[in-house]
Amino acid sequence: MKRPPVGAIFLGLIPFGAVCFSVSLWDRIHPIVFGLPFNFFWVILWLLLTPVCLFASYRLGQPWEDETPSDPDGQN
Amino acid sequence: MSPTVTALSILSGIVAVGSLAGFSARFQHKMDLEQWTVGGRGFGIMLVWLLMAGEIYTTFTFLGASGWAYSRGGPVLYILGYQPLAYVVSFYVFPLVWEAGRKYKLQTLGDFFQSRYGRTYLSSFVALVGMIFLLPYVQLQLTGLGIIVEVASYGAIHRTPAIIIAFTIVAAFVFVSGVRGVAWASVMKDFLLLFAALFLGFAVPHIYFGGIRGMFAALAHAKPEHLVMPGATKNLGHAWYVSSVLMTALGFFMWPQNFAASFTARSGKILRRNAIFMPLYSITMPLMIFVGFTALLILPKLSNGDLALLTIVRNTFPAWFLGIIGGAGALTAMVPAAIQILTAATLFSKNICRPVLAPRMTDTHVATLAKMMVLVLTSGALYLAIHSSVSLVSLLLMGYAGVAQFFPGVVLGLYTKKVSATGIFAGMFCGVAVVAFLILTKRDPWIGLNPGFVALCLNFAVVIAVTVLHPNRFAQGEDGFPVQVDSQTAVLQ
Repeated sequence: MKRPPVGAIFLGLIPFGAVCFSVSLWDRIHPIVFGLPFNFFWVILWLLLTPVCLFASYRLGQPWEDETPSDPDGQN
Repeated sequence: MSPTVTALSILSGIVAVGSLAGFSARFQHKMDLEQWTVGGRGFGIMLVWLLMAGEIYTTFTFLGASGWAYSRGGPVLYILGYQPLAYVVSFYVFPLVWEAGRKYKLQTLGDFFQSRYGRTYLSSFVALVGMIFLLPYVQLQLTGLGIIVEVASYGAIHRTPAIIIAFTIVAAFVFVSGVRGVAWASVMKDFLLLFAALFLGFAVPHIYFGGIRGMFAALAHAKPEHLVMPGATKNLGHAWYVSSVLMTALGFFMWPQNFAASFTARSGKILRRNAIFMPLYSITMPLMIFVGFTALLILPKLSNGDLALLTIVRNTFPAWFLGIIGGAGALTAMVPAAIQILTAATLFSKNICRPVLAPRMTDTHVATLAKMMVLVLTSGALYLAIHSSVSLVSLLLMGYAGVAQFFPGVVLGLYTKKVSATGIFAGMFCGVAVVAFLILTKRDPWIGLNPGFVALCLNFAVVIAVTVLHPNRFAQGEDGFPVQVDSQTAVLQ
């Protein structure tokens, strides 16, 4: 069974920590950032930062990625 | 022209153009079962992205999110929280699903369970549960479509006839074009939705409060408690948020249609790259939520939060503009509904009917039966939509709680060899039973937690316990799939 490297999985857990488990730390109105209540600012920020984490994980996972066996039907 | 006629004719024009885009796809490809259900497995990054977006941005995005912002407040944050996390899950799981799909020629979620665990009772159960919990999702689209036509006709057409007319079109659309047509129709839908969200998200707060900043300042002054959890509810607090976000993020790609969408990709790499960028697409969600908040300040006395977005559009803009927004909304309901019906029908004919009732059916017969099921399922959802009045978000959460129960079977099946079919079946059965019990007895949330999450925890525990008591006995290949199921596969290994 192929598994991604530990570092790549860790990068994927960061967004879970940021927008899920830490909710009681950021669910408040103040400080207002860019006119948004802090909780809305925080989750919107992570819509933008999650791709960054996944991209880093994608780079780290390259060797894992390349192990994909070649297509038996030659479609790739 | 009266406003009703103006708004409705623009709305129908948009629906007609969208449907034509779908119908025309039919003439470019021969429609066998493989083409109808997984588009011949040859979609590149653009089409996969569009298809997934087509499935993800539904009436729920359009009316449900603004509706919950209006009626519940803070708890609506769960929608913004789960979406990026769902893509994180897909990033790690989907390429493996895709690889199994190519290797064993899978078309549906039921096929996956069949070839991974080699047990027909398990795959038929999965297909049945998937079909049942797809119904509230289709019902959500129908209800949304009904709301759109009702508001856009300025009350001239009642909801029931509106739903019936629109779903005749959807059924015809699914019937003719299959998955490729749906992917192209969703191109138009996504452009319109993007336009609608960007425009409304900025314009509506701007017109009433000089901008999003002004709107939030007014709301924080008038109703500060509405902006944080539990908002306007009594029991949707932080424990509910964490459990709902986890359950929906894990359950998202367990929707049979989202799961099957992975098979349409040309490679696993395309799926992983797709997952990186998908969270950016969720940027329309907060904008819809801002419109809901504005509506709360301007029109505080609506009977149903799901009406908030369209009512404020109707009160702010001329009739032709309401027609455009209504048309965008109508396509946003039709395209996902088409995909959901297509998926449920294929699940029934391929994973329930053929293996259990008529093992000698050919693919052509399966395709014919699937098309007949389209009508049966659409009528079922139609019946539910006409006879129930649950909010859009509640319908979605109900469906999620059910499909999330597939998660242990998929992920443990891909990442470990040890789990046994009996264990997965027992866990899923307990999970679904708990979901049904908690939701039907109105224990939602239960001790502050999302019922689907409670069921998922129990599901995992049962899978582990039963696997220990009743371990796997058949020979497995490198990937954990049983080797004797398919003679061709056995030769390859």
